[in-house]
Amino acid sequence: MSAEAVKQDDAPAEGSRDWRALLREIAESSALVVVMAVVASMVIGGLLIIFADPDVSDAAGYFFARPMDTFTAAWDAVSSAYTAMFRGSVWNYSADTFAQQFKPLTETLTMATPLIFAGLGLGIGFRAGLFNIGAQGQIIMGAMLGGWVGFAWHLPVGLHLLVAVVASALGGAIWGFIPGILKAKTGAHEVIVTIMLNYVAANLLAFALSQDAFQRPDSDNLQSPIVDTTAQYPLILGSSYRLHLGFLLAIAAAIGVWWLMERSTWGFRFRAVGANPRAARTAGMNVSFGIIAVMTIAGALAGLAGSAQILGTEKSLTTGIAGSFGFDAITVALLGRSRPMGTVFAGILFGAFKASGPTLQVAAGLPVDIVLILQSLIVLFIAAPPLVRFLFRLPTPTNEKVVAA
Amino acid sequence: MTATLEAPQTQEPEAVVETPKSWKMPILLGAVGLISFVVFGLGTPGGTETRFVLSQKSDALQIPVWHAPAQPFAIAATLALIALAGLSAWASANRRKLGVWLPIVYGVLLVFAILMWAGAGKSSTSIQVTGLLIGAVVLATPLVFGALAGVVCERSGIVNIAIEGQLLAGAFMAALVGSAAATATGSSTAGAYIGLLAAPVAGALIGLLLALFAVKYWVDQIVVGVVLNVLAVGLTNFFYGTVMKENTDLNQRIGLPDLPIPVLSHIPVIGPVLFDQNLLVYTMYVLVIVLNVMLFKSRWGLRVRAVGEHPKAADTVGIKVNRTRVRNTILGGAIAGLGGAFFTVASGLAFNKEMTGGKGYIALAAMILGRWSPKGALAAALFFGFADSLREQFGIIGTSIPSQFLAMLPYLATIFAVAGLVGHVRPPAAENQPYKK
Repeated sequence: MSAEAVKQDDAPAEGSRDWRALLREIAESSALVVVMAVVASMVIGGLLIIFADPDVSDAAGYFFARPMDTFTAAWDAVSSAYTAMFRGSVWNYSADTFAQQFKPLTETLTMATPLIFAGLGLGIGFRAGLFNIGAQGQIIMGAMLGGWVGFAWHLPVGLHLLVAVVASALGGAIWGFIPGILKAKTGAHEVIVTIMLNYVAANLLAFALSQDAFQRPDSDNLQSPIVDTTAQYPLILGSSYRLHLGFLLAIAAAIGVWWLMERSTWGFRFRAVGANPRAARTAGMNVSFGIIAVMTIAGALAGLAGSAQILGTEKSLTTGIAGSFGFDAITVALLGRSRPMGTVFAGILFGAFKASGPTLQVAAGLPVDIVLILQSLIVLFIAAPPLVRFLFRLPTPTNEKVVAA
Repeated sequence: MTATLEAPQTQEPEAVVETPKSWKMPILLGAVGLISFVVFGLGTPGGTETRFVLSQKSDALQIPVWHAPAQPFAIAATLALIALAGLSAWASANRRKLGVWLPIVYGVLLVFAILMWAGAGKSSTSIQVTGLLIGAVVLATPLVFGALAGVVCERSGIVNIAIEGQLLAGAFMAALVGSAAATATGSSTAGAYIGLLAAPVAGALIGLLLALFAVKYWVDQIVVGVVLNVLAVGLTNFFYGTVMKENTDLNQRIGLPDLPIPVLSHIPVIGPVLFDQNLLVYTMYVLVIVLNVMLFKSRWGLRVRAVGEHPKAADTVGIKVNRTRVRNTILGGAIAGLGGAFFTVASGLAFNKEMTGGKGYIALAAMILGRWSPKGALAAALFFGFADSLREQFGIIGTSIPSQFLAMLPYLATIFAVAGLVGHVRPPAAENQPYKK
């Protein structure tokens, strides 16, 4: 995220400039705003942790007798939480071996994979003026169809994975096509239809898992058989890490989406439909077709997010296969400003948050939900640079870019 | 990073010059009618009967149980459906409008046929009509509040996706403050009423955040709304897992009592359904009427709608655009927060993680389905509530339909309604556009 912003905004910083101007440039840069947004969110998160910590409230009970105890307890609570998050998502410095120290980073990328896929799809929709809330349902359908091909079909190595991945994309695409065609042909609002289809998909999954065809023979729980090894994404860093080929596929998809939206005629049409449907129609573009195509492609990408879950991370279908990836992906796409690169970085950031949850709970004894609070605060602050500048008394840029909303 | 996030614009592509003959409604009604005729009409076994119970045991005036011969009634009702579809086709061919009575009558007949089919030959259970309707009103309550919140915000040009978060915050605050007050006063009823007062405050705070970011910082309103939902889930889960877990006194099961209205509550069927509810439901009745009158008949309403449709024109005649928007967004948040109290103190339940379960999004759908009017929102919310109640009723009498498909019923019905009956809807024109002078 910040790396991209640095590249964009500090590019004109040539060497010959004197340090005062450079300092000013840094203070005005949006990269600093991103950093400060993270800082502000962590401060607010820290206050909540202090507020909820029992040791702090115990120490605050005798605050006037020994005030330092309160501050020590507060510091301990906050630092244990944030170091736990770091150890859970980036680098576990307290682990014994290098392999274990490195593991959190791979977990982050594993968690980021479905977010990137689904976020890319939603981003295309947003740029075409379609507010698609249906990634959750599309992930479920993708995982269901891909998973079924994975455990019920038995195909040779290579072909099996390919067919399963295509099935996942198809499952998602169908679930994107329905709101697309309803919007294009009857004018049904895509927000309503996609919300409703999320529930329909969740119920379809629950129904499928209650049927014999999807039931694991030796289990009483609602779970499917494990996907054949031939249909699983290969692990790209060996068997000690969960990171799988799906991540590389997600990066490839990001490049593909960039090409589609920025370099192809279709992408131009999609953006035109989003910017001004009337003008697009007047210019002879088929708006209905554009809506259907965008929703179908978005659905296929969300379906691939389902494939990352079923063929890569989870390997067995349960009612919780989609987690909350579909809703998190909306935030990811919005934070990434609907651009492929932005979505990749936002996906990795949110993947890090997701990966840090278990460590946070075990090591710091905090509910994982603090992660949700931090996530939402960061997005809010990044979205409102004037607020961050006001909070940290940063100078207002003289030539702030105005972006069309 | 730049000043604002890019986000979708919800402008409808509309360039229809002459109204073409629209066949989608007759086709939809005809298809559903034919399927119903085969499944529910012919599928009902002959010689069986369905029992409809209209009175409750506690009613003073008892209406006898109606033993209806199932098959003739089911066939008659489904044939009437096909006839209505034919009428709709005739109207389309002549470019006539038939009004809203047709889908309503159609829906009632369809439900009647389904109930006949479901209850046929079940000697041990019967269809509890009053219970079905009570469930519809109760289950619709949070949706009505949520949808009204949406109407109040969106009519002034602020998209409120944060209804879900406002409901959740209201539910949490009602439980927290209500439980604390119940412990302090020693009376759970008093605690529940105090909780009811606290709920709108939490919703209004989220509304305030929405207004701050949308109006002052020009952040895309959909982005803010989505993020505020996540924030509300995070905050309530966090405090549920820390504060409420350590101190169970702060999350008790307290409930609002039912307040039967003296004479009216004794009317058969209607009495228990409408006039034997708690204070929150009565507040809902009043709010729908007041907002509908205020929005379309008062000076305030005219100004709000002007701000939502054409802020520049409103500003030109001296209406404070941004002030109106901030006020409406906070008011909307408070209304949704009050609706959140339904989940905890009005249902007699303790707070639980994410207990609103997406009802805020359904409320959003109800608002759009009701075309941004309080009256319409009420009708749409009752529709959802009824579908939900029907699902519960089916769960009790037991049918051959798998429960997961029954659970889909409200959502599928919505898709049919949106695609077949409502079609293009037009949101307030200045929605999601910050007003910059």
